[in-house]
Amino acid sequence: MNKDILREFAIRFGFILLAGLLVLFFSFFASGFAGPRSAVFIFQSVAITGILALGVTCTLVVDGFDLSIGSVATSALMLSAYMMVVLEQSAFVAVMACLLMGAVVGLVNGLLIVKMRVPDLLATLGMMFLLIGLQRIPTEGRSISTGMRLPGGQVADGTFAEGFLWLGRHRIDLFLEKLIPVPVIIFLFISVLIWVFLEKTRHGRLMYAIGSNERAAALAGTNVFGYKILAYMISGITASIGGILLAARLGRGDIASGNNLLLDSVAAALIGFAVLGAAKPNAFGTAIGALFVGILLQGLTMMNAPYYTQDFVKGAVLVVALIFTFALSSRVRGGNH
Amino acid sequence: MSDIACEISDLKKSFGPNQVLRGISMKLPSGQVSVLMGANGAGKSTLVKVLCGVQKSDSGDVKLFGSPFKPKSPIEAYKYGVITVHQSINDGVIPDLDVTSNLLLDSLAQPGKQFLLKRSEMKARATEIAKSIGFKGDLDTVVARLGIADRQMIAIARAVACNPKLLILDEPTSSLSAIEAKRLFEVIEKLKREGVAILYISHRMSDIRAIADRILAMRDGRISGEFEGEDLDYEGAVTAMLGKKMSDFNVDISEVSSPVLQLCDLRLSKDSKPLDITVSRGEVLVITGLLGSGKSLLSSILFGLEKPAYGQILLEGLNFEPNSPANAIASGVHMSPKDRANNAIVGDFDIEANLTLPFTKFFSNFGFIDKKRQRVDCSDMIDTMGIVCQGGKDSIGTLSGGNQQKVIVGRWLLKTCKLLILDEPFQGVDIKARRDIGTHIRATSNNRATLVFVSEIDEAVEIADRIIVLHEKAVVGEHVNKNIDLPELLSQVSGNSNTLKQAESLQ
Repeated sequence: MNKDILREFAIRFGFILLAGLLVLFFSFFASGFAGPRSAVFIFQSVAITGILALGVTCTLVVDGFDLSIGSVATSALMLSAYMMVVLEQSAFVAVMACLLMGAVVGLVNGLLIVKMRVPDLLATLGMMFLLIGLQRIPTEGRSISTGMRLPGGQVADGTFAEGFLWLGRHRIDLFLEKLIPVPVIIFLFISVLIWVFLEKTRHGRLMYAIGSNERAAALAGTNVFGYKILAYMISGITASIGGILLAARLGRGDIASGNNLLLDSVAAALIGFAVLGAAKPNAFGTAIGALFVGILLQGLTMMNAPYYTQDFVKGAVLVVALIFTFALSSRVRGGNH
Repeated sequence: MSDIACEISDLKKSFGPNQVLRGISMKLPSGQVSVLMGANGAGKSTLVKVLCGVQKSDSGDVKLFGSPFKPKSPIEAYKYGVITVHQSINDGVIPDLDVTSNLLLDSLAQPGKQFLLKRSEMKARATEIAKSIGFKGDLDTVVARLGIADRQMIAIARAVACNPKLLILDEPTSSLSAIEAKRLFEVIEKLKREGVAILYISHRMSDIRAIADRILAMRDGRISGEFEGEDLDYEGAVTAMLGKKMSDFNVDISEVSSPVLQLCDLRLSKDSKPLDITVSRGEVLVITGLLGSGKSLLSSILFGLEKPAYGQILLEGLNFEPNSPANAIASGVHMSPKDRANNAIVGDFDIEANLTLPFTKFFSNFGFIDKKRQRVDCSDMIDTMGIVCQGGKDSIGTLSGGNQQKVIVGRWLLKTCKLLILDEPFQGVDIKARRDIGTHIRATSNNRATLVFVSEIDEAVEIADRIIVLHEKAVVGEHVNKNIDLPELLSQVSGNSNTLKQAESLQ
C-alpha cells in the first residue's frame, strides 16, 4: 500500500520535483544562476520552441503528429523578411501573411491526412520537404537582408519595420528595467490559451476523445475530420508565430536558422507527457517540458559545459521522461488496452 | 467405434471470484459429433480454451485416449491431435498471407522444417487440402481480399489438414451460407468415418439436425443436460440450456401509441427483399438474426453511417435521411453501438467524460465545460444504472465489462430522444449487469421508441415487447413476446428452409 502511494507520488510529481531540485542545485553551484535576469533568459531561450511545442501538442492530442512545424517556422521567417525587405510591406502585412501561410499549411496537412488518407507522419514529412525547398526558391537559396542583390539584378532596399523588430527584441519593465522580452509574454499567453482550450472547453475534450478512440468519438456524433483539421491549423499558426518571433529577433531572413526547432519542440511536447503523470499530451506539461530543458542547458552552460554537449543532454532528458511516462505510469493507463 | 477419445471429469476454472466452470464432466466418443449448446457466459469458450491449452484448469482431469492430458500451450495440444477452430475467425487466418501459406501455416510453424520454402511443393499440398474441403477460390489470393465465409472455410481446412484426433469447432457456421455449411457437414461426415471425435459448439437447429449425434447442454458452468439417440430432443436441450422454459420470462407488454420509426419498402442492398417495420412510442422492438442477416447494416443506416439501397425511412412521419451520426443525434435518434471497446469507450477518459461524450454541447456554456452540471447529471445516471464505482472521476478502465457497458448505455439515456437504438447491448456482460441494463431500458421506454439488435434469443425474450427475425436481409418472423413458440423462433433465426418457404409464400 505504502509502495503504491510512493509510486503514485513519483509518477505525479517526480518530474516537477526533479526540476525544482535542478534549480536548487544550479543556484548553489553555478554562480549567477539564481536571479531574475537569469530566469528571464531561460524563458527567452525556450519561448520559440515552446510556442511550436504547444502547437504540436494539439496534433498529438488528436493522435496525430506534425513534422512540418520546423519548416513552417523557417518559412514564416523567410516570408516575413521577403515581405518587408523585398516587397517593402509594413510589419502588419508581414505578420498577417505569415499567420495566413501557417493556417493554409495546417489546412493542407489536415486535408491530406483526413481526405487523402495519407498517414500523419508521411503527410507532414512531405510538407516539411516541400516547404524547405519552397522557401529557397524566391531568393535562389540566399538569406534575405537589406541591400541584398535579387535574382533579377536589382538591389532590395526595404528594411525590417521597427514594429516588427519590437516583437522580438523589446523588453518590458517589471520591477527591473527592461526585464521581460515580448516573446516570453507571447509564449506565456499562448500557453494559457492552449491550456484553457484543451482542458476547459468541450472542443478540447472532443479532441482528446478523438485521440483516445476515434471511432467512439465519431459514433458519439463528433465532427472528427473538422477537429483534426483544426488541430493541424493550430499547429501551423503557432509554428508561424514562432517563425515571426525568430525573424524579429534575428532581424534578417537567415536561411540557416531554425534547424533545431523541430526536434527541440517535439522533445518538449513529449517530455510534457511525464509532467503530473498525465501520460498524454497536455499544454501545461509541454510548457514545463520546454522550461525543464531550458533550465538544464542554462545551468550547465553556466557551469562551463561545452555547447556541443547540449543535444546529448536534451536527448537524455527526453529518454528519462519517456521512461517516466510509459514504464512507470503504464499501470495507471493499462485498464482498457 | 465407440472408443472414448476424450473424457473430462469435474473440471473447474475460476477467474478471480468469478467461477466459470463449476465441475464439468463429459465424454467425447470417437467418430461422433457432440454438439455443445450454451447461452452467453455459460462457459463454453472457457472450456474450449482449457482443452486447447490456452488456459489451465484449476482442478479436474482431462483424459485423452485414457492418458492424462494437460496441455500447457496450444502447440502441445496440437501435438496430441487436439485441434481447435476458434469462433473469432481472424484468429484462424493471417490476412496478409496468401491462401496457400495460410493452409500450410501449421506445418510451416513446425520446428525443424527446411529453411527455404519450395513454392511448387507448397502449392501441391495446398491444392490437396483445398480440394478436400471443396474450397474453389484461387490459392494465390491474399486472404485479406476474401470474404468472411471463405476465411472461415480456410480456418477449418487448416484444422482438418492437421489430422486431428479431437476437432473442436466453435460456432463454425456462424458466417457461412447454406451451401458452404453443407460442404462443411460433408467434411465432418468424412472425419467421423475416419474416427475423429468432434466437439461442435452451436445452437443453430439446422446444424444440429444435420450432424449431431449427441447434444450436451451447458448452463452456468455445468452440464445441464445430455441428449442422445435417434430423435434428439432439441427443445429439451434448449430448456436445459436456458434453465427454464421460455414462458418463464415475464415481460409485461407495453402500451403502444403513435409510430415513431417506419421503414417503408426499405431494401438493405440491391438484391434483398424490402423491409416494412414500424416501431411505436413506448415499445421495445427486438430485431434478431445471425451474423450477416442485415442487423448491423440496418443499425448503420438508421444512424447515418450507411445509405439504404432503396426505400424510405420516416421518423415521426417525416422523411429521415441521416448522413452522419451527428445528424442522426440532432434528429433525436440515439444509438449505442456494438463492440464497446472499439466503438464506444474512450479509454483515457473518466466515467463522467465518457457518459457526456455525445452531449458536450449541453454540458458547456460558450464552449466551456460546466463541471458542476456534468457532475450532478452523471452521479444521477451512475445511481439509476447501478454502476459500481467510487465516483464519476474513476477511469473507465477500472470498471468491469458489465459496468462499462452500463456507462455506454447510460450515455445515450442522459438526454431524451425519439428513438433509442441499442446494438448488442448485452455483449460481454455478466448476467447481473444484463438484468440491470434490461430493466432500466424497459423502465425508461415509455416516452420513446426503442429498437434493440441482439443475436442471442434469451436476451431478446428478456426485454422485448415484440421480436422480429431477420434472415438474409429479409423479415422471416415476427412474434409478440407472450408465450413465444421457441423452436419456431430458433428455426427462423437459423434460416430453416421450411419457415423460409412459408415466409416466401406469405409475400
